[in-house]
Amino acid sequence: MKSAVEIAEARANRWGHQLYAGRARAILERAFIALRSSTWVPIVTGFIEPVLYLLAFGYGMGELIGDVDSGRGTVDYAVFIAPGLLATSAMNGAIYDSTWNVFFKLNESKLYKGMLATPLGPLDVALGEITWALLRGLSYAIAFLAITAPLGLVPGVSAILAIPAAVFIAFGFASFGMAITSYFKTYQQMGMINIVLLPMFLFSGSLYPISVYPDWLEFLIQLFPSWHGIELVRDLWFGYWDSGTLLHLGYFCVMIVTGLYFTTRRLRNLFMR
Amino acid sequence: MNSGIDVAKVRARGAAYVAEARIAQMMKWKGIIAIVAIGNPLFYLVAIGIGIGVLVNENSGTSGTGGVEYITFIAPALLASAALTGALDEAMFPVMEGFKWRKLFYAINSTPINPGQIVLGVFIGAIARVVFTVVCYWALLIAFGVVTVSQSWDVIPVTIFAAGAFAAVIMGVTASVKNEDYFMTVLNRMIIMPMFLFSGTFFPLSTMPIFLQPIGWISPLWHATELGRYFSYGYSISGIMLLVHFSYLIVMMIIGFKLANKKFAERLAK
Amino acid sequence: MPESLISARGLTKKYGDFTAVDAIDFDVAKGESFGLLGPNGAGKSTTMRIIAATSQRSSGTISILGRDPEEHGPQIRAHLGVVPQQDNLDGELTVSENLFIYGRYFGLSKKFIRNKIEELLDFAQLQDKRDAKVEALSGGMKRRLTIARALVSEPDILMLDEPTTGLDPQARHILWDRLFRLKETGVTLVITTHFMDEAEQLCDRLVVMDKGKIMAEGSPLELIKQYSTKEVLEVRFGSDRNKEVAPILREMCSRIEELPDRILMYVEDGEALLEAITAKKLHPTTSLVRRSSLEDVFLRLTGRSLIE
Ligand SMILES: Nc1ncnc2c1ncn2[C@@H]1O[C@H](COP(=O)(O)OP(=O)(O)OP(=O)(O)O)[C@@H](O)[C@H]1O
Ligand SMILES: [Mg+2]
Repeated sequence: MKSAVEIAEARANRWGHQLYAGRARAILERAFIALRSSTWVPIVTGFIEPVLYLLAFGYGMGELIGDVDSGRGTVDYAVFIAPGLLATSAMNGAIYDSTWNVFFKLNESKLYKGMLATPLGPLDVALGEITWALLRGLSYAIAFLAITAPLGLVPGVSAILAIPAAVFIAFGFASFGMAITSYFKTYQQMGMINIVLLPMFLFSGSLYPISVYPDWLEFLIQLFPSWHGIELVRDLWFGYWDSGTLLHLGYFCVMIVTGLYFTTRRLRNLFMR
Repeated sequence: MNSGIDVAKVRARGAAYVAEARIAQMMKWKGIIAIVAIGNPLFYLVAIGIGIGVLVNENSGTSGTGGVEYITFIAPALLASAALTGALDEAMFPVMEGFKWRKLFYAINSTPINPGQIVLGVFIGAIARVVFTVVCYWALLIAFGVVTVSQSWDVIPVTIFAAGAFAAVIMGVTASVKNEDYFMTVLNRMIIMPMFLFSGTFFPLSTMPIFLQPIGWISPLWHATELGRYFSYGYSISGIMLLVHFSYLIVMMIIGFKLANKKFAERLAK
Repeated sequence: MPESLISARGLTKKYGDFTAVDAIDFDVAKGESFGLLGPNGAGKSTTMRIIAATSQRSSGTISILGRDPEEHGPQIRAHLGVVPQQDNLDGELTVSENLFIYGRYFGLSKKFIRNKIEELLDFAQLQDKRDAKVEALSGGMKRRLTIARALVSEPDILMLDEPTTGLDPQARHILWDRLFRLKETGVTLVITTHFMDEAEQLCDRLVVMDKGKIMAEGSPLELIKQYSTKEVLEVRFGSDRNKEVAPILREMCSRIEELPDRILMYVEDGEALLEAITAKKLHPTTSLVRRSSLEDVFLRLTGRSLIE
């Protein structure tokens, strides 16, 4: 039986040992215990939001709109928005988990304080929490596909690729979220996050093609990560590949790398005030 | 002996003191409240009103929206929905905070202020927020040229009233919840979200499959939206339905207050 | 000089412009029980957090087990058991799950932790609450659980920030007893407290802090010797008369302290002074001669009474 000290010493001189004890798994373990013990209600019902949107917009709104040009062929309105809603909900979930959730556990429940009094470092906590958020995102994406397929909204088998794509774009957002939270000290400041997100998501083309807008606005929207996320998932949903798809993928690769770099640098400011 | 506190005066103005405290609390959020009050309508009108409006117009013109432009059709609905969201915020959070998070109500209740006055005070606070939201929204609608002043001024009191009915019910329900661990998440996902999506906000309730329509019938937002459309651009409603919408909201307000008063008194007596 | 386990030089912590800990120096030897004493806001908890490698210092140096917490945070924390001033138990888990997962944060094996949990639940007297949610515990129970949790990893250094606040007298004595026994096995204790009896009982050596600075340092006995007299005479004349007689008493004794309800007189022989007072026909309503305590040291150094 190894003592706590021996376990910690084993990686005393490895890279990143100031921030990382190599035990992000313990955070996941805690999440699973908590899931069994108390957090299952909000987690199990988490898939419901995009489904409600799909029902309301796909069927209610669809009556008024009919078919739309998706840029990948003309399709029924419900088919058009399904991947957009999947992407939006993945991104929103990742943002919530890496901002509000972190802020709350840091300031209100003081959960992270307890974790960080042990050999765990801020990077363990960050990685564990992000992984947990992505696992949830993954199960929501699977549930979404399982619900939409029998409704006839999934054009082909290749749409299965939209699941990893949803997790991938969620990772992009989560990698930035904590860094941003590290600058905020009050609830009011946190409230600004929601205000920035509202237009970003409303305009990013989950509910209608952005070609309805004038060119300048369309160009502006194409800079948003949310637009790239929605387009990437939509491409894969329709089994459609072109240079645009690669651009979206590249956009998120860059976002993930910079986000991780930035978050790692801010971890001490965030967790060790 | 004179303690400097006039008990009779505190008694008489209890609700006003509570409302004042609520509004002072909101002032900490004034920046955000103001941005939301203006940004919300702006973004929704531009994104949904224009974005989806283009699609609707291309496909079915104005036939699906009773002969008006899509943006005109959703404007009063978005107004109602913003008002009810504001009411929800200012009715639910203070009650959670008051009973659970900071236990403020117990402190207030140990003064001469009684439970009924706390209910009324929180309610007035919520209405203050709603009034601000509704006026900002309406001003934007005028600025966009979606509605005209003379035609639509009366939508303001009607919408505020509907939001008030909703606030009263939310206060009652929130105070009734004992185990609130995930109350807000569940309420939000299972009740508020469907309500906002299935209340004929973005498309007429009647275009939805019939089995989804009852969600609208029981939703205060649908009643508020129908009234809003009637009062803002002359959407036609039968006299009977007008009566139904008003009565529904009035009954909701009464039940909400009764429940809130009862639950507040019960919890504060413990 | 015994081996120094914790060593701070010019240790400073600033929050913006405000200096919470102001260039303090101290050493804690292995196996020692070291106390931080001071009024509210003195900087005790801040110092504790820096030692525990959970807060970054602004300047100065600190070494714990010969290492810098900036560089070796996880390795240092593996040696520590931390009881923070405010309980930060995991509200989403039960009592035993709290102990279990905390052990897992240290990387300990499940089997080891399961056995340990039984021992800790006994110690914290929480066996019958093992499956209760943390929220359902009373304040004192939460405190006991927090203390038990800090012992899961069998730490070499135990950091206790006001450990007995909120505990009833029985739980307090059980904890003291346990801490004594841990000390016997070589565990180093770092304690902050507002209870003077606790400090006298538990601490081999302590520092008195005020406004981020160290005012004095020594064993409880040394401090009393240095900063107080052998005995203290406490007299009460009733709140109205205290003011009147104070000037007269001041003439009779080199140091007196006027508290709101009583007057403390510092002398070598309390009985003799009391007789002298009675001889002047100043009849106090009550009087008490006692030995000097840390409370008196505290009053002398900070001008404040600890009991608020
Ligand atoms: N996170 C923080 N941000 C700003 N100021 C802080 C922070 N933490 C502590 N302080 C300030 O630093 C000073 C010292 O605080 P600390 O908690 O160390 O005091 P303490 O000696 O533990 O007091 P107490 O006996 O009340 O626990 C206080 O004035 C406090 O307001
Ligand atoms: Mg403290």
